[in-house]
Amino acid sequence: MAKPKTIIEKVWEKKVVHEEAGKPDLIYIDLHLIHEVTSPQAFEGLRLANRKVRRPDLTFATMDHNVPTLNRDEIKDPIAKLQVDTLTKNCEEFGITLADMHHPDQGIVHVIGPQLGLTQPGKTIVCGDSHTSTHGAFGAIAFGIGTSEVEHVFATQTLWQEKPKTLNVRVEGDLGPGVTAKDLILAIIAKFGVRMGTGYIIEYTGEAIRKLSMEERMTICNMSIEAGARAGLISPDQTTVEFLRGKRHVPKGETFDQLAKEWLALATDEGATYDKVLTIHADEVEPQVTWGTNPGMGVPINGHTPTLANVSNQEEVKLALEYMGLEENQAITSIEVDHVFIGSCTNSRMNDLRKAAKIVQGKKVKDTVRAIVVPGSFLVKMQAEEEGIDQIFKDAGFEWRDAGCSMCLGMNDDIVPPGGRCASTSNRNFEGRQGNGARTHLVSPEMAAAAAIEGHFVDVRTYKEAVN
Amino acid sequence: MEAIKNHTGLVYPLNRTNVDTDQIIPKQFLKRIERTGFGQFLFYHWRFDDEGNKRESFSLNDPKYEHASILIAGDNFGCGSSREHAPWSLMDFGFRVIIAPSFADIFYNNSFKNGLVPIKVDEEQVNKWLEQAAQSELTLTVDLEEKTITDNNNLQIAFDIPEYNRQNLLNGWDEIALTLQLEDKISKYEQTTL
Repeated sequence: MAKPKTIIEKVWEKKVVHEEAGKPDLIYIDLHLIHEVTSPQAFEGLRLANRKVRRPDLTFATMDHNVPTLNRDEIKDPIAKLQVDTLTKNCEEFGITLADMHHPDQGIVHVIGPQLGLTQPGKTIVCGDSHTSTHGAFGAIAFGIGTSEVEHVFATQTLWQEKPKTLNVRVEGDLGPGVTAKDLILAIIAKFGVRMGTGYIIEYTGEAIRKLSMEERMTICNMSIEAGARAGLISPDQTTVEFLRGKRHVPKGETFDQLAKEWLALATDEGATYDKVLTIHADEVEPQVTWGTNPGMGVPINGHTPTLANVSNQEEVKLALEYMGLEENQAITSIEVDHVFIGSCTNSRMNDLRKAAKIVQGKKVKDTVRAIVVPGSFLVKMQAEEEGIDQIFKDAGFEWRDAGCSMCLGMNDDIVPPGGRCASTSNRNFEGRQGNGARTHLVSPEMAAAAAIEGHFVDVRTYKEAVN
Repeated sequence: MEAIKNHTGLVYPLNRTNVDTDQIIPKQFLKRIERTGFGQFLFYHWRFDDEGNKRESFSLNDPKYEHASILIAGDNFGCGSSREHAPWSLMDFGFRVIIAPSFADIFYNNSFKNGLVPIKVDEEQVNKWLEQAAQSELTLTVDLEEKTITDNNNLQIAFDIPEYNRQNLLNGWDEIALTLQLEDKISKYEQTTL
């Protein structure tokens, strides 16, 4: 019998174009997603060397980082406008399909790939964006690259990559009521640290993972990079197949049935081994809130900020507490927020909005809080409006915006002011991430919604809407 | 890319762990479409206050590090965003070598593509050098051909670096041109697999 293999090995072996002793493998790239921020210098490199984009048909572009979510036509910053216009020009010159700011397919690149069915199991997917790991939810090997690599993929449709080590994160048991995929991934990073995945591709396995919807799986894989891993994935199963059925770029009929069989066969074999295994029990996970300046600095909602005397990395914790304007051993529920952001490639999909809306329905945002919802794509926005979800948010006092990366990193006008404190469904709580001097607490959409209502963090499990 | 075989330079010690690329170069400076000119924005919010004045409390503003070209930092340097503006800003500022116990994967990769040399050195030695560079002047000579680092007290250590990346650095190769020599294999792969 053949040696059992992980999905990572199975996909990798199929993608090797060239191997040679003393060199990384040259692997083929099946899908190259691009956006306005990390592509201009790569296009310029092509022009200087008189090169072409080898496979424009495998390349797909959108605008997400810089785009206004209010008054879409008006990019006030001329430098940002030039960057956006440059992408339009480059896509025309090199023959690449672009969903620009006004296109109905526009959205955060990691939201639209799956939505359009461009993202499929077994593909290698890259983008000049670290959250490309999101697409791993489908059983793809998907990872972020720098601009030099973007240029390399443009010119050759390949990349030199060391065969990664494999890390199995096993999630045993079930998530409790009111505990979300976001809480799970934050708990994993808090438990094992922001370096746990460096040099590895993570495969998430276990009962709790199998029960997650595709959207929830995307939330998990999205934050693999926050655990240090360039890529994180989940073996395809029937949930994957059903999500992709009927999507625009997915074949139909018998071809689909054949494809679905191939996808399912990619799943990790029984008995396959990994270079490293880490286990977490889902039933022990509680709603999470980060208190510090990296995503590993998180605790359960009923916990406290660390006590300096009890930690080994005192200097790091001290700096983080100072930046965040928090005391040591401070109760998380005592932390008041003035901003709430529901959005980003981590948590801006239909179910994220539906669940947050359930918490918000019939209530009002606290008058000291500015709360905004930024759907992940135009399609998500339209769907939400069809379901009346926008109205629930608006009635509660949330701002309802157009699609984009928005306040996750504040490259457009959506920023948290200096000293401001934000409950955010995004993925990074680094210093200044949401605005110079801004303080970010990472939470689930439900927890963010509850914080908007209460004006401080609260255990969302006390809301019957969250647990039923 | 310019070839680099060895480098001797003054060390700037950045005694912090998990330095993310948002700190190395904040998002508001990612809007430019050029590869050059990012040095002025390096560690921007650590170097400058809200009015744009230099923060005296931040050590890189100390004139004694003005000519530093080797940065030593704590674990997991370059984590977070994939922005290649991070190595661009470090190089444009004058750094040629970064030494840390570990690097985030994407930053590590991006550095090599630009001729910025990331070198992993064990934490104990990093801590010694961090201390020395803070207290007195520390100069290191990095020899990529021999894979050694020698300090101004004649302490010499060996380091590992992926051979593929080392050759690219030593020769200043254009990686795309090298890959395009394998055009036949790429075409064949496309014909048989896709």
